[in-house]
Amino acid sequence: METYVIPILIFSGIGLIAGILLHVASKTFEVKVDEKIEQINEALPQINCGACGYAGCADYANAVAENDVPANLCKPGGNETARKISQILGKDVVEIVPELAVVHCNGDCNATTKKFIFDGIQSCVAAKRFYNGDGVCTYGCLGLGDCVAVCEYGAISIKDSIAYINKSACVSCGKCVKACPNQLISLRPVSKHIDVACSSRDNGKITKLNCKNGCIGCKICEKKCLSDAIKVVDYCAEIDYEKCTVCGACYEACPTGAITNCSIKI
Amino acid sequence: MRKLNSIRLKNNKVTENLETVELPIPKKVKIPMIMSIGDACIPSVKVGDEVFVGQKIADSNAFLSLPIHSSVSGKVVAISYYNLANGKTCKAVEIETDGKQTLSPNISKPLITSKDSFLHALRESGSCGLGGAGFPTYIKLDPKTTIKTLIINGAECEPYITSDYRQMMESPDDIINGIKYVMQCLNIPKAIIAIEGNKPKAIEVLKKRAENSSEIEVVALPSRYPQGAEKVIIYTTTGKIIEEGQLPSEQGIVVINISTIAFIYQYIQNGIPLVTKRITVDGDAIQNPCNVFAPIGTPVSDILSFAKAETDEIKKLLLGGPMMGMSLYSLDTPIVKTSNAVLAFKTYEKRLESPCIRCGRCVSVCPLNLMPVEIEKSYIHNKVDELKKLKVSLCMNCGCCSYTCPANRKLAESHQLAKALIQKG
Repeated sequence: METYVIPILIFSGIGLIAGILLHVASKTFEVKVDEKIEQINEALPQINCGACGYAGCADYANAVAENDVPANLCKPGGNETARKISQILGKDVVEIVPELAVVHCNGDCNATTKKFIFDGIQSCVAAKRFYNGDGVCTYGCLGLGDCVAVCEYGAISIKDSIAYINKSACVSCGKCVKACPNQLISLRPVSKHIDVACSSRDNGKITKLNCKNGCIGCKICEKKCLSDAIKVVDYCAEIDYEKCTVCGACYEACPTGAITNCSIKI
Repeated sequence: MRKLNSIRLKNNKVTENLETVELPIPKKVKIPMIMSIGDACIPSVKVGDEVFVGQKIADSNAFLSLPIHSSVSGKVVAISYYNLANGKTCKAVEIETDGKQTLSPNISKPLITSKDSFLHALRESGSCGLGGAGFPTYIKLDPKTTIKTLIINGAECEPYITSDYRQMMESPDDIINGIKYVMQCLNIPKAIIAIEGNKPKAIEVLKKRAENSSEIEVVALPSRYPQGAEKVIIYTTTGKIIEEGQLPSEQGIVVINISTIAFIYQYIQNGIPLVTKRITVDGDAIQNPCNVFAPIGTPVSDILSFAKAETDEIKKLLLGGPMMGMSLYSLDTPIVKTSNAVLAFKTYEKRLESPCIRCGRCVSVCPLNLMPVEIEKSYIHNKVDELKKLKVSLCMNCGCCSYTCPANRKLAESHQLAKALIQKG
């Protein structure tokens, strides 16, 4: 009899003491987790892209719940996530203006040529370090796909040796913007589908020599624009999307095809 | 003292017995505003200006900058842009020559009375490290610590290049006098002339000249690559180790290229600033390999046609040696202060990259005992902290790792990118 009773008593005793200790510990060392943070974190897409400006989804969830940070910073999540977060926090829903990444270079292999064959490490950063890239235009797309490598959504591809962005796949996280050594990619509202697809700061003559599709800084677009939204700075047109009404006048007037209209051409 | 890791290369010093000849004055020169390390100079001449040999055409107030002088006499025809091999772009002064090579009237023997006036004269001469790095000499010779040893680098460990060797053979007195002058001006007690053992004639010539001066020692180095690298030459001659981020002067050592020291003496004698360079022209696409004196800014095409190159056959063109030189894509590329060879080859073999087989050969040849294979891996994964731990900043881009890699991995290149990544933060 004793052989059974004593071990059972010993183990029950240990169990009881451990139970009490655990209970006390859980009360004294309790970390209060805001339920809202967990809920917000669940609502976020969990890709940790950093487009919101925080270190990742969890960091953003913390910031939204505790500080007065806008609830519509998650671009990959879009309006749905913004609505969910606003509901959790009981705030008014602020819509996100949907954005899209665009490549400001249209110099594909039919339009421009290469200076030499680059045989180093096949990345844009490496090519940029060697004579400013292998293309005759030193501002254009290097076509080695540093942006493709960072895109988590497979939205970017290299076609005809320049980067193309798939409109439907892009979530405007902005990773490619940081990856491009020539700073060719920027984000703009989806609805404003007129882009200047050139970044050449060379003067018109040199740009024309280097690339068929380059912006030569002729300023025709500036004159045609009805809303004063397009300006030529350093021989390259720039669009102010706050003013742009997407009338398409600049696109139709551009003699070189440096201005593209996404609703027509993808 | 340990023996440093190194590799043995075929010397190919075909041009070593060919006396340097003057290149015919080119029709047009293009002088870039960045030739040494440091910021770009601002041109002080305009299009249409008449310039003379040795006339200052650009200067800058930035730290590490050096004035730039016209290498020819003629007329400025354009101020254009020039793409440097490292990706920077700078202005370049294009001068059409008149063929007379008239010396600038402002040229006079520099007046040197003290250390300060000597250093000022050095700056005005436009002198920088002629071996390749292009560090301004006036800064190198003005360290905060006292210099105990002056090392004269005559290793010339790269294959093909013989310009320093010709310097030693043709004007050894300039070298010895230059050393004595610098030692006297800066109170340096000891000088070591370090020459690779594969140049016995040069060693003999300089030993003879230095016989009477006990403070100058001529040392034969093992003929291994990269013997001429600053850290390597310091270790093999003095046994001192330059730590990460340290300058040789902090150990009381200054290393100067042998051509630089000869130039310093020539400048003190005649006051003509750095306007010509001795260039080795070689390679299998060159029918007439030679050593030439070329004015700075001379297009490579002029040098190639002088050496009777089969221009259409060239598949690979290098400015500098095969190990550390830069590929050129255009024959219009000008010669700069740091150029010492133009090599043209008929063949170009594309080296196909394959996965690392972890044989460790790159580790066993790195003169600084770095781990190229690990550095490459960390670079691919963007691990900045890891790269700092692996001390990639010590890498001097000698290229031994890439040369020896059986998988043809581009290790040296990835090290350069890794350094840039660390600087970016």
